[in-house]
Amino acid sequence: MAEASHDVVHRHEPPKSFIRKYIFSLDHKVIGIQYILLALSAVIVGMIMSVLMRMNLSWPGTHWPIMGTLFPTGAPGGVMSAEFYLSLVTMHGTMMVFFVLTTAPQGGFGNYILPIQIGAEDMAFPFLNMMSFWVTFVGFIVLLLAIFAEGNATVGAWFTKLGASAWAGGSGTVGSIGGWTQYAPLSALGKVAGPGQGAGVTLWIISIAIFCVGSLLGALNFITTLLNMRTRGMSLMRMPLTCWAWFTTAVLALLSFPVLLAGGILLLLDRIAGTSFFIPGGEYVSGALIPNHAGGSPLLWQHLFWFFGHPEVYIAILPGMGATSHILSTFARKPIFGYRAMVFAIFAIGMLGFFVWGHHMFMSGMSPYSAVAFSILTLSIGVPSAIKTFNWIGTLWGAKIRFTTPMLFAIGFVSVFVAGGITGLVLGQTSLDFFFHDTYFVTAHFHLVMGVASIFGMFAATYFWFPKMFGRMMHEGMGKLHFWVTFVGVYAIFIPFHAMGMLGMPRRYSNFSEYEFLKNSHGLVLFVTVAAIVTVTIQLLFYFNFFWSMFKGKKASDNPWEATTLEWTTATPPPHDNFAGVVPTVYHGPYEFSVPGAPRDFIMQTEPEGVEVTAGLGETSGNGGNGHKH
Amino acid sequence: MAATVTNTDRVIDAAIGGGGPRSRGGNGFRKNGGGHHDGDDFRFSPARYRVGVWVAIASIVMLFTALSSAYVVRSASANDWTPLVLPKVLWLSSAFIVVSSITMEISRRSLKAQNNRGYRLWLTNTLMLGIGFVAAQLFAWRQLARQGVYMASNPHSSFFYLFTAAHGLHVLGGILALTYLLLRTRRKTDTVEGELKRVGAADAATVYWHFLDGLWICLFLLLFFWK
Amino acid sequence: MGRILAIALWFITVASLWMFLSHRWWFPEAISEHGPRVDSQFAITILVCGIAFAAAQIGLGWTVWKYRDSADKQRATYSHGNNRLEVVWTIVTAVVFISLAVMGQRVWASLHLHAAPANAYRIEVVAQQFDWNFHYPGKDNLLGRTKPEMIDDATNPVGLDEADPNAKDDAQVKTLVVPVNRPVELILGSKDVTHSFWVPQLRFKQDLVPGMAIHVHFTANKVGKYELACAELCGMNHFKMKSYMLVLPENEFNELTALPNDKGQFLTRKDQLLAKYPLPTY
Repeated sequence: MAEASHDVVHRHEPPKSFIRKYIFSLDHKVIGIQYILLALSAVIVGMIMSVLMRMNLSWPGTHWPIMGTLFPTGAPGGVMSAEFYLSLVTMHGTMMVFFVLTTAPQGGFGNYILPIQIGAEDMAFPFLNMMSFWVTFVGFIVLLLAIFAEGNATVGAWFTKLGASAWAGGSGTVGSIGGWTQYAPLSALGKVAGPGQGAGVTLWIISIAIFCVGSLLGALNFITTLLNMRTRGMSLMRMPLTCWAWFTTAVLALLSFPVLLAGGILLLLDRIAGTSFFIPGGEYVSGALIPNHAGGSPLLWQHLFWFFGHPEVYIAILPGMGATSHILSTFARKPIFGYRAMVFAIFAIGMLGFFVWGHHMFMSGMSPYSAVAFSILTLSIGVPSAIKTFNWIGTLWGAKIRFTTPMLFAIGFVSVFVAGGITGLVLGQTSLDFFFHDTYFVTAHFHLVMGVASIFGMFAATYFWFPKMFGRMMHEGMGKLHFWVTFVGVYAIFIPFHAMGMLGMPRRYSNFSEYEFLKNSHGLVLFVTVAAIVTVTIQLLFYFNFFWSMFKGKKASDNPWEATTLEWTTATPPPHDNFAGVVPTVYHGPYEFSVPGAPRDFIMQTEPEGVEVTAGLGETSGNGGNGHKH
Repeated sequence: MAATVTNTDRVIDAAIGGGGPRSRGGNGFRKNGGGHHDGDDFRFSPARYRVGVWVAIASIVMLFTALSSAYVVRSASANDWTPLVLPKVLWLSSAFIVVSSITMEISRRSLKAQNNRGYRLWLTNTLMLGIGFVAAQLFAWRQLARQGVYMASNPHSSFFYLFTAAHGLHVLGGILALTYLLLRTRRKTDTVEGELKRVGAADAATVYWHFLDGLWICLFLLLFFWK
Repeated sequence: MGRILAIALWFITVASLWMFLSHRWWFPEAISEHGPRVDSQFAITILVCGIAFAAAQIGLGWTVWKYRDSADKQRATYSHGNNRLEVVWTIVTAVVFISLAVMGQRVWASLHLHAAPANAYRIEVVAQQFDWNFHYPGKDNLLGRTKPEMIDDATNPVGLDEADPNAKDDAQVKTLVVPVNRPVELILGSKDVTHSFWVPQLRFKQDLVPGMAIHVHFTANKVGKYELACAELCGMNHFKMKSYMLVLPENEFNELTALPNDKGQFLTRKDQLLAKYPLPTY
């Protein structure tokens, strides 16, 4: 057997037909792009909803003729009703959290980049990978269906035939009105609890349950691939931090989504099979007693939901952290500061994330003693987060920063992450939640830290890996304009949210005019709306840049950023099996930039004739350097 | 052709996770990780099936842990809990699944010993017992339904139907896997990689089947012998 | 680019800090015994947050200003980090954060880890879509039994069981009336879905969960009328599930609760008092 030639023998031929190549593809790269396109679609829906919400809050009672035409019941005469607003809240949150923040960072970029970065030819189970996308896609369609089942009288009537309570449709909202947390028993009672509680909620639950299954298939694949398919020399401590982030995210998803799935099944059964998991006895709703239900526990739903819900916020943010670390190091032309500490911190954040769900429930009526434990554990998560921030700034210290668009977004990530994360110190304290729970202070906190920061990570990732994915560079001028408006815009939107929180403004109110204590908020509300409209508008430029550059962008070389990791060693875009039948061998850590004495200011992971670099560096720890020396 | 035989040996060793000198360290956590592969066929390591099935089991365990926590919380949250009388047929289904675990193990060992006939025979037996288990569970449902005990009758019956259905669905998945393996025995093995996959899949299916057995015992104890 | 980014970061820092420091948007005045302690705990926390936030943003701005790529041939510093700094930083943040966490439990513990004082006045709160009901014990100071079957939204919103002798003198009102400087124990429940009791001035919030009777207590210490809002999404009209909390001087409160309720005297007097006290100015 000729060993040398054997590497090439295993080369898989790419599929020829259009359907197998682009639709039902087994190729992790195609699936990754499919996920990204899904997220790009869902985020449009989510953004439009947020603009409608802002319009309703700033100019309540205004007639928007087009709304009246589209939603004759939910916005009669073009004036958005309270229930219409609440359904926007719910669907905005659901779209963004599940179909944007969970799909793009993990299913999208993770899928595309992780196998290449570890030198694998594909995911461990390509068929499961394909299934994972298509299952998620079905979940997305079902969620869209929820919009039409409640918003459109004809579609609503079809669903009503399935059951008068759980499936009642056509109430004029655009989906359910329970918020993305869908607290029982509001979400369990069915039509009797008000508009938007029929088919909207049932389809919401089904959509999320399907989404859980899709995410689990994905997580299974990520973990197995990373453990099993690393190439020669790719030890765990030589992996790029992106891979650590995707791996931790996959572990979180693997262990938290089943719990949401369990909760979803129980909630669905309460609605359609007459069980009483979450519905207590003696319920008196809309002027009548609810028969046939007794003994259920509303808090049980909250526990199941938040056991998932808290890890979920890390599922959204960790890939952004990974991408930020990776991109900061690349454009700082400096090794990452404290590689091992970064790995430790990301894992610590992930694991601690499983033990803090109770901080969402301080006011819920659960045991006040467990609240104390949850509170202290919650603030402990600040420690690994602070380590990460420290190391990001440490990476930039003494750097030679190249201000490309991905770098700007990565720096923006650090800024926004700190701004959003720091208020966790306030919200994690039981005593302060007496005031801040369910106010705009919370809305500000989680939008900045899990929404905006994750999205900044994904923007950075898009501008960074776009040339590898499509063979062309994104336009830098448009990219920079996009960054500046977005960066200033998100602060202009979410910093004032804190001020609203200080006034005591509750979340999920469709109108603030009922309360005297909120009357000073009008200027703030209006300011935020203007900022939001500007920020959303500039995203159109990103969409334009994305699709325009795909065809008209400057041709990209194999390694346009002078980066070190494996994806930059292969062709642009990579061939079907990633490395054209060659098996890469790794000799270096992932961030060998500016090595003294090296011919260039970066050493790629596959460069065999490594320069001896460990000698005479005194104070440095050698973390993440030549991993094989440890 | 001699090369193929030795290859298959190694293949099986690797798939079963035997600790030969060329074992691939599929857990990836040993020094230098699973990354340091050597040799010719390292692009395909059947250990992925073993890793994959354990990862899948972790997530299924979380699903049932969540449901069991709900069971414990719900049973304490109100005094409307009327325990079901244990349907006798569940003893039979429990026996089926315990025995099937043993037959599955025999079949796996037969494959390891390259006894293809034994493998096929015991795989068939396992499949029959698996189907028997599902049939017995369905019979238990019918018995209860005939007594007028349904999903919504009381919290204990809700959980009984829920647990048996959720576990049953996973058993059906296992039955599909066994059927696939059985059909695979009809095919003449062609490539080294194909053989690797077959052995890896059989190994993973065995782990999964044992897990289903253990899971059912836990659920059975929780449903009828807890408290 | 580096300099502009640094200036932008510093500008954002200053603007954000100004928003808090200017006190233009701040808590409404506290009216409970524990309120000032919540406020001071917040002041300490937001100070720590502000310092950490400013330090990080200024540091980030400094690095992008100082270490932007210039045309010289000099390379970046080759360093993989500094373990000693890392350890020091970890210990410092751990000490600060955990101390904050422990301090942040004090008000919570004083209210939630102790039962209500013996002299507390007990009121039952029953929330419903989209209204508040308060059940007063009347002269006998004993809350009558309630049953869901007895509920009638117009005449008996909490479902008082007339068969219970303790229920005879009980009053059901839509306003929460409490005495000043005397502990109040609320027994919180809900008829339908989860709601949340929220009076910003009181620095107090608690969900009302159907199927549960949650006992909480506090002491209001400033006479006046305050808005009471729902802080847990409960359905379409969540935004106007509004009531008032009326904090009365002891004599007015005692006089009110001593009134018989057979001809609605309690309600009439309560409405007079509600009109008497204005809302705070904001």
